[in-house]
Amino acid sequence: MSARDTLPPLWRLNVYRLLLFVASMLSWHVLTQTKILPPFFFGEPLRVFGQIWKWFSSGSIYPHLAITLLETMLAFFGGTLLGLIAGLWLGLKPTASALLSPYLKALNSMPRLILAPIFAVWFGLGLWSKVALGISIVFFLVFFNVYHGVREVNPVVLANARMLGASKRQLLRMVYVPSAMTWVFASLHNAVGMAFVGAVIGEYLGSVKGIGYLILEAEGIFDINAVLGGVITLTMFAYGLDMIVTWAERRLLRWQPN
Amino acid sequence: MSAPAVVLRDISCTFPPSSRGSQPYTAVRDVSLTIADGEFVSVVGPTGCGKSTLLNVTAGLLTPSTGTVDIFGEKLSGLNRRAGYMFQAEALMPWRTAIQNVMAGLEMRGVEPVESRNRATEWLGRVGLRGRGDAYLHQLSGGMRKRVALAQILILEPQILLMDEPFGALDVQTRQLMENELLALWSANRKSVIFITHDLEEAISMSDRVVVMSAGPASRPIGEFSIDLPRPRDVAEIRLTPEFLKIHAAIWETMRDEVLKGYQQHERA
Repeated sequence: MSARDTLPPLWRLNVYRLLLFVASMLSWHVLTQTKILPPFFFGEPLRVFGQIWKWFSSGSIYPHLAITLLETMLAFFGGTLLGLIAGLWLGLKPTASALLSPYLKALNSMPRLILAPIFAVWFGLGLWSKVALGISIVFFLVFFNVYHGVREVNPVVLANARMLGASKRQLLRMVYVPSAMTWVFASLHNAVGMAFVGAVIGEYLGSVKGIGYLILEAEGIFDINAVLGGVITLTMFAYGLDMIVTWAERRLLRWQPN
Repeated sequence: MSAPAVVLRDISCTFPPSSRGSQPYTAVRDVSLTIADGEFVSVVGPTGCGKSTLLNVTAGLLTPSTGTVDIFGEKLSGLNRRAGYMFQAEALMPWRTAIQNVMAGLEMRGVEPVESRNRATEWLGRVGLRGRGDAYLHQLSGGMRKRVALAQILILEPQILLMDEPFGALDVQTRQLMENELLALWSANRKSVIFITHDLEEAISMSDRVVVMSAGPASRPIGEFSIDLPRPRDVAEIRLTPEFLKIHAAIWETMRDEVLKGYQQHERA
């Protein structure tokens, strides 16, 4: 409460944020211009942003961006949906979850990126191997959160809904799902970033299109500015997607006190 | 003479040991209790005496280890569909607004949304929450949430009301207000009520009959007292009458030793 009161107003906060950005860019510029940081390794901000500008103004980045975003979205929504279904199902079936839990934990602790070559063999070097990699990461994130969400349902709220006459299906719709939503959204913020990781790592390992491919190509000719340009472009889009998740969260979890 | 609303016959509830090496816990043993149609019965007893266990058995949420439950002459199996249960803890769905909570039971029964909304609006008015229907629960005070819970149950017109220390968490003034409102709603349309409380004054001021339980484990009724105070009652005023004080003294005489026993067991645990 008191901490909130002492915060500066939003417009002033945004000015400070902008100043922080300008200051860090400026110091990056100065440090690399004076060769304190070698530009060969650290890039030069003007060239980096010049590169980004060139990509977007010439339109050459769009096919790459489109494919990476498509992979990310498919992985994000596919993984979320599958995680939601599996989490609800296993959360409500104690025997099945007891049976599967060591395997699920093992699968989750496995570094999923090592699956990339397998997915490449299974699904080829196109879109679907990246989507599969993304899903394999996003799924577990969402799954474990939904699973916990279902098991942490307030037993009194549950008993009350049963006494009011809820059928199994109504319990799922009116109690389990809304109760698990808090947990789902907590995982979705991570899932956005992870869906990008799946797409880009997949592209590193073998592709002919996508931002990951672009970055890899630039690295091959030691064009550090283009590498950083790709990284910054990806970051902006990941941040945008995260803001969409935040917006959806605010709408769907309106019932929670802030 | 119709069948009594609730007949508990030789109910015992034993819970398996919570950890290896500990003993199974018997919450209640050989409890028999009859609640007539339209009767308001309070069950009082020291903490941890299995009052809530009895209520859960009557609600059908808990199957007793031995004994049977008859509801209006029919053997209870599964959930008790004729009972409304007001829990001690917060039991409303926080992701729903007040009116959506009140509507929930009708929604589950497939009542038209427009009709259930109208009826819920009416009930919100009846519990003194007119115009607060669109508030989420965290925007309401503890007393208001209890009113929502009461409306949520009463809108379904249950024949039996099970109440587990429903007003325990409220401050004294709000509590007496709620007690009076409950009595008013109850006398308008008499249902059978089992009212659990550890507050003897609350029990006497509201009930037709008070049942005193012994301290747990294996607790059982050790006394029953008819409360012949006139109705309608005001729970705050009735506490000052000599009749009330006489009944209070009589019941307290029975309860005192059990409360001390329960307290000592609590301390030891």
